[in-house]
Amino acid sequence: MSLARSISNSLFKHPNGFLVLLLAPPLLWLGVAYLGSLSVFLFHAFFSIDEFSGFIRYELTLSTFAELFRLSNFDVIVRSLVMATAVTLASVVIAFPFAYFAARYARGKWKALFYILVMLPLWSSYLVKVYAWKLILAKEGIISWLAGELHLTWALDALLAIPVIGGPSLSISFLGTFVVFVYVWLPFMILPTQAALERVPVSFIDASSDLGGTPAQTFRHVIFPLALPGIIAGSIFTFSLTLGDYIIPQIIGNSSYFLGQAVYSLQGTAGNIPLAAAFTVVPIVIMGIYLAIAKRMGAFDAL
Amino acid sequence: MRSEGSPLLLKIAALACVAFLHVPLLLIFLYAFTTEEKSFQFPPPGYTTKWFGVVWERQDIWDAIGLSVKVAAIATFLAVVLGTCAAAAISRAKFFGRDHISLLFILPIALPGIVTGIALRSTFGIMDIPFSTWTIVLGHTTFCMVVVYNNVLARFRRTSGSMIEASMDLGADGFQTFRYVVLPQIASALLAGGMLAFALSFDEVIVTTFTAGQQSTLPIWMLNELIRPRQRPITNVVAIFVIAVTFIPIVAAYYLTREGEHTGGTGK
Repeated sequence: MSLARSISNSLFKHPNGFLVLLLAPPLLWLGVAYLGSLSVFLFHAFFSIDEFSGFIRYELTLSTFAELFRLSNFDVIVRSLVMATAVTLASVVIAFPFAYFAARYARGKWKALFYILVMLPLWSSYLVKVYAWKLILAKEGIISWLAGELHLTWALDALLAIPVIGGPSLSISFLGTFVVFVYVWLPFMILPTQAALERVPVSFIDASSDLGGTPAQTFRHVIFPLALPGIIAGSIFTFSLTLGDYIIPQIIGNSSYFLGQAVYSLQGTAGNIPLAAAFTVVPIVIMGIYLAIAKRMGAFDAL
Repeated sequence: MRSEGSPLLLKIAALACVAFLHVPLLLIFLYAFTTEEKSFQFPPPGYTTKWFGVVWERQDIWDAIGLSVKVAAIATFLAVVLGTCAAAAISRAKFFGRDHISLLFILPIALPGIVTGIALRSTFGIMDIPFSTWTIVLGHTTFCMVVVYNNVLARFRRTSGSMIEASMDLGADGFQTFRYVVLPQIASALLAGGMLAFALSFDEVIVTTFTAGQQSTLPIWMLNELIRPRQRPITNVVAIFVIAVTFIPIVAAYYLTREGEHTGGTGK
């Protein structure tokens, strides 16, 4: 006991020593194991691969970065960016009414229920969610069946006949990939949007309508601007998660690559670590820019 | 529902959103009972409960569950210890570089999982570390730590440091203070963070694909079934199991952190 006492006394007297003791284990873990691995890996982007031997040539060069701009690689980047943007916009449109309803009209028990209704899909298994959509989008699945029952098969076929986003079936098309991305990341948009809407004072809305604003004007000039930081905070998640995902397009979608898949196959079967590292830099840089803009628009206060 | 005045259109849009979020998960349950094993035919041609028996007999599934539980348990334990240390340091003291360090602590969740996974994989390659349970644990602890850190940090911010000082003034040593003052204050946050970390680890697939090698956790097993399906309803039965395992800690964590808002030495 006296040993414990003297240890604790000395720790109390030397708060800096105590702080170091507290910080050292997590810092070692994240600083060395995580950041260390990350920097070593990313540094490989400055090396290049020897085209003949397939070994990494350890000389500093920017040629690997230049390779990103080769047409087939650049396509992957553009495709991922377009997908991430589309998924983010769709999430905003779907999340907003729900968030607004939950923030304005739900009370007490209902509020808790709404919260759980969002948290459950958010935390339930990622793979299970993707799998559920494989069932739904399959050619023999529920959507085709529903279209048949409603005599809308022609509409589904017309949708799938659209070039680029269509395909032989929903589960082998960009359209399918898009729907699954929206589904999986939607709760990440709902929660911050709802949090921002909760903070809009009802008196502001009343004041706007008292002063003669139509509901549409109130929405455009009062509600939306006040909710914007929350929406941007949500978009950080939907955008970043879509950019980095490589499982969803692998399971639902056609064979064209997204960023995550390019990185995955380059480091695996192709063994081209430098190009994989250069590809990894892309989402990190994009997210860096995105976060800088988001910070300027006040999104971090809404998190 | 006390929702007088909510426009009908808004109500419909909100309900549609709820349906969009939940109907897919319900279908997982339906398909677990289908007699069709080669395709995802809807409506199912017939219903059976035999797949639950088939899963019970499958050793590969039990092995995958065993590995997942083992990894999640170790990763959660490490994450609770490391995350609490980090939260205590960040919440109590002001020191040089504090903001940068707190940024570092959320980085593993802010960056896409593939970045964490590939970075660790390439380090294992360079350092010639063979894949093992511990390589998976290493990856999982990295992001589980963040969840615990966030939960405990939020609690520390709501409790006041004066109680610790009072305890020390009244003659308790540091260990007694930790045991009787600090721990009761943060216990429910620790439990909640730990359960979320467990659920997160149990379900993780992206980082795991890079750090597992040939080993198969339950999500890896599912991923293989998704890419190369064999008996499809079996995957559904496993999916129901996964939903159940992650569902309970999430709801429990929700109620634990809610109750926590009313306790702890926050009185002014």
